[in-house]
Amino acid sequence: MSGVINFIKKEVLLEWRQRYAINGILLYLVSTIFICYLSFNVKANQLNPVTWNALFWIILLFTAINAVAKSFIQEKEGKFLYYYWLIKPQELIVARICYNAVLMLVLAFMGFVMYSLVLGNPIHDPFLFIVNLLMAAVSFSSALTMISAIASKANNNQTLMAILGFPVILPMLLMIIKISKNALDGIERSASYNEMLTLLAINLIVGAVSYLLFPYLWRS
Amino acid sequence: MRKSWWKILTILLLLYVVVGGLLFEVPRLVILNETIRALYFHVPMWFGMILMLGVSVAYSILYLLRSGKVYDDFAIEFANVGVIFGILGILTGMLWAQFTWGDWWSGDPKQNGAAIGLLIYFAYFILRGSLDNDEQRARISAVYNIFAFFALIPLLFILPRLTDSLHPGNGGNPGFNAYDLDSRLRMVFYPAVIGWIMLGVWIATLRVRIRKLEQIID
Repeated sequence: MSGVINFIKKEVLLEWRQRYAINGILLYLVSTIFICYLSFNVKANQLNPVTWNALFWIILLFTAINAVAKSFIQEKEGKFLYYYWLIKPQELIVARICYNAVLMLVLAFMGFVMYSLVLGNPIHDPFLFIVNLLMAAVSFSSALTMISAIASKANNNQTLMAILGFPVILPMLLMIIKISKNALDGIERSASYNEMLTLLAINLIVGAVSYLLFPYLWRS
Repeated sequence: MRKSWWKILTILLLLYVVVGGLLFEVPRLVILNETIRALYFHVPMWFGMILMLGVSVAYSILYLLRSGKVYDDFAIEFANVGVIFGILGILTGMLWAQFTWGDWWSGDPKQNGAAIGLLIYFAYFILRGSLDNDEQRARISAVYNIFAFFALIPLLFILPRLTDSLHPGNGGNPGFNAYDLDSRLRMVFYPAVIGWIMLGVWIATLRVRIRKLEQIID
């Protein structure tokens, strides 16, 4: 457990020291939002809520794929060997999932602020939306961290990361989009409980499978 | 001869299914009419697909535990057959949907789920293709196979139940269950399920043997 916490601390410290990586992802996010805004060419709050919702989550999905991809793909071989001596594989994957969840949370909030700034904010139930944003960050991280570890072992890994990740993340994304739509429309919260429960269950399954499988991936 | 009895049985069963499925009397129902015969061809494809993919995952798990080359061969070939069943399932389903729902693709949760499921396995094949080292390919694709299968289960079994679907068996539509399956349908349906699944196993074992021979030649 302390290994996990130390590892997360180390990741955050490293990220803070070489800020260009996280800044790069942030710039990616902001530019994408800006491109969408200019492409739609609309004044704030004129986007129909369905479009607003879908666009927001697609932008976040692509940002997540890029952000999480760097957790294993952009690492050098030697570093893996170093971790191998330092930490148990289970601890490593748990730490990475936690770290990516935090990273995704930061990105999701920044993205949300920027997005609602330029494209308007039609949300009727902000609390539910924020809770959903939190769950989405965890979901993206739990599904994509393992995918990034798998893709890092293969050659053309950026493309691979996307094609391996999309179908796996889709069930979660559908749930997230549905909850988010409920928050936009301000529907009673109890209407979303079913989806939230399913999302949690999928997260648990994916998390547990990652935990069990990662040591096998690690062994080379 | 003693080893191939089940292959002969498969041929006989499928002959019976094709002839009986197309010629036997079926219940006359509105809208469905003759398309009810899709039950013998479309539904067994899904049973077959789930079973083949399940076997594939089981072999992937065995590979991770014991790491024998042969487990990997079984895993990939059962996944191959499972995907073929899935494609046939989608095609037969689309044909059926065209005559009952009036559209080839109407965005039904089951159609979407099936399509996403196929995407997962196409990604699995791409992943296999992009790894050069044999041992590494077997291990990493086994990991992805298991991971993807567990991500697929909620998609196929939970999601369609959360949303309304026109598909038989969902949202109050009559479908496959003990109460509204006519006994005349059952007489062909059960042999059809068994027959198609056995055909799938047959194809997979044949392809595993081809792989073994190729490895010997190499």
